[in-house]
Amino acid sequence: MLSRHLAHRIALRPTAKAVRLAHSLSALRLNTVNEQDVEHFSKILPKTSVLSTLAPVSTASSELEIYNTDWINKYHGKSTTVLRPRTTKEVSEIVKWCHERRIGIVPQGGNTGLVGGSVPVNDELVLSLGNMNKIRSFDPVSGILVADAGCILESLSEYLAPENHIMPLDLGAKGSCQIGGNVATNAGGLRLLRYGSLHGSVLGLEVVLPDGTILDQLSVLRKDNTGYDLKQLFIGSEGTLGIITGVSILTAPAPNASNNVILALPSFDNVKPLYQEAKRQLSEILSAFEFIDRTAYDLAVKHGQGRALNEEDVEGAECFVLVETSGGNREHDEAASISKLNGLLESLLEADQPLINTGVLSQSPAQFAQLWAIREGLTEAVSKEGKAYKYDISIPLGSFQEVVDTTREHLRSKGLMRDDAVKYVVGYGHVGDGNLHLNVIAAAFTPEIEAALEPFVYELVSKYKGSVSAEHGIGLMKTHALHYSKNATSIELMKRIKNLFDPHGILNPGKVLP
Amino acid sequence: MRPTASRLLNILVPVKRTIDYAVKIRVNPDQKGVDLSVKHSMNPFDEIAVEEAVRLRKKLKDAVKSIKVVTIGPSKSTETLRTALAMGADSGIHVEISDSAPPPEPLGVAKVLRAVIEKQKESGGIDLVILGKQAIDDDQGQTGQMLAGLLDWPQATFASKLVVNAEKREANITREIDGGLQELKCKLPLVVTTDLRFHVLNAHILPSEPHYASLPNIMKAKKKPIEKFTPADLGIDLTPRIETVKISEPPKRVGGGKVENVDELIAKLKEAGITAVKA
Repeated sequence: MLSRHLAHRIALRPTAKAVRLAHSLSALRLNTVNEQDVEHFSKILPKTSVLSTLAPVSTASSELEIYNTDWINKYHGKSTTVLRPRTTKEVSEIVKWCHERRIGIVPQGGNTGLVGGSVPVNDELVLSLGNMNKIRSFDPVSGILVADAGCILESLSEYLAPENHIMPLDLGAKGSCQIGGNVATNAGGLRLLRYGSLHGSVLGLEVVLPDGTILDQLSVLRKDNTGYDLKQLFIGSEGTLGIITGVSILTAPAPNASNNVILALPSFDNVKPLYQEAKRQLSEILSAFEFIDRTAYDLAVKHGQGRALNEEDVEGAECFVLVETSGGNREHDEAASISKLNGLLESLLEADQPLINTGVLSQSPAQFAQLWAIREGLTEAVSKEGKAYKYDISIPLGSFQEVVDTTREHLRSKGLMRDDAVKYVVGYGHVGDGNLHLNVIAAAFTPEIEAALEPFVYELVSKYKGSVSAEHGIGLMKTHALHYSKNATSIELMKRIKNLFDPHGILNPGKVLP
Repeated sequence: MRPTASRLLNILVPVKRTIDYAVKIRVNPDQKGVDLSVKHSMNPFDEIAVEEAVRLRKKLKDAVKSIKVVTIGPSKSTETLRTALAMGADSGIHVEISDSAPPPEPLGVAKVLRAVIEKQKESGGIDLVILGKQAIDDDQGQTGQMLAGLLDWPQATFASKLVVNAEKREANITREIDGGLQELKCKLPLVVTTDLRFHVLNAHILPSEPHYASLPNIMKAKKKPIEKFTPADLGIDLTPRIETVKISEPPKRVGGGKVENVDELIAKLKEAGITAVKA
């Protein structure tokens, strides 16, 4: 792939941040993996679980590229060794050795993270959970699912479908992301509006601590108030406090009557009142409320994500909102939810000052999937269009468009809005959760564009008292921006907790904490 | 010049509510039927027929006086009519059967459709019937042909292209046949059954993917009239003439095996009872 190599060369230019980081990492005095380490790993793991460019294994370095490169192709690690254990015991043995030897470990799931948290900064060992992909148990009465951390989210959904249950989270990366990674990053996604965050739906965890100890809190109890709730620390810790190897999660009964509609809005100002109206009329059946600005929609269509709306429906639309409703699973629920949805749509169209131009309502499961494909395909469309600087922020609902426009204007004032610099500035996201995905699409990642965007965007978010990372996490990308959303006392406590769990600093060094 | 009344076309599109094509079919334990408590939607071939009627109107404009959709089914089939109305049909006819009635057979359906068409004579008659070539639940593919036979009308089945000349009351149809395409010229009134390729050739969109129904059309569709009849009203008896003896799933695919060399292959073939053909 020519463009990948080109981007690789451009991206390899160290940023000021990377240089600072290299210094702080060397201060940790972590050791590099050597041949004796690889020999040891080859003894405790099967051949297929050890990939290393070092002797005696001598894997081709091209085979390690996917583990060393993040999904956006922005971050490139230099790991020589990737281990793919099959059991929790094997994970524990690996971590024990690395703890003694002071070797840095990067736990890796589906490697779909967007903040560079899942790839090495230097040559830390990559510990991939991909081989641990068994479902351990499922109780159809309580809906509690216990699974290995390496289970792909979509596989879990497919397993649950005949049992009439669904996972409490869903995201565009579902075909590749793993549940362990989802939990480690406290992934949000398209269903959070209805099913809440993982902090609520995860009931138990099995974690390998930074010294190799296996912490078994894989409870299947819905309620258990016995002492400090340790699992909450690991949820969202991005692999810096422990490696999650097993997850116990509460799944939800599958709604039978699911419908969706994409509404075309003449002005962004209508999004907030539309959300209020939708909440009021749909109440408990509202399961998703997503925002797509006009440019983002056009890019999705351009790159073949989902099927485009009819020309007449799209004319004059400044932005779109995708609304999903999910009723219960009894027959009259289906009729009730359709009539609630129709009621909302009628009132919107017939209002004196209509909030919408028009909309498109799915008429079959195929169309339901196609409408979602437009929203879920936005991330991929953005990646196909160019190199994306992604800012995942929480700000007041009514300020979404302001932030997108202000960022674009700022780049324009720096002369960077050109085909060979920044091509587009788009916004889309979980507007129902107050979460905007601001994407600045550039022809290439350059220090000039980065300097124009940071700290500009973070300061802009700070002005709104928002979060610099609503759901994507901190990873490597935002360690220096943590202070925009958390004060010094909080950060100090976090550092102390990190030190308590991981005194040798081997787990995912350089990530999350500055 | 406005087309004279005798050259205005009334189009009838029969549609069927079937299990959605994406649903995994499960045979019932009694092996007499399949699980029907799943998502249903309009038979994809009928969607193409409705879309084609709407497109004909776009082309011929005032020459198309009306597009009527008709369905024979339980109460829920009204939803299918509403979808067709949202796609651009003008009015619907629902020949309602009870929820527990057995699914109608093609001959029964054709007889009902003939009765409906006879009734339509009072309001200008029907000039063109466009329907899907088969339904995806029973795959019979007989209704269009039987209807043409009962009406003594010409038929053009498996059509992928339809060009109508309202003035001359003629149509040119391209049919999909084994080995290629066949072109027919027929006089109206005419029965046409649609094949998948209609969309690829005519609309540059994927097969079986009609336009999304936009909200204003859906709202308008709610107000369009739907006439209701029972088969008895039309003097038709839909009692099945065919008995379903058994329904079963196809045998599960057994895994294959790999062999190391040709000798092993020959040995395995012999084991399976396959002998060499005499040269």
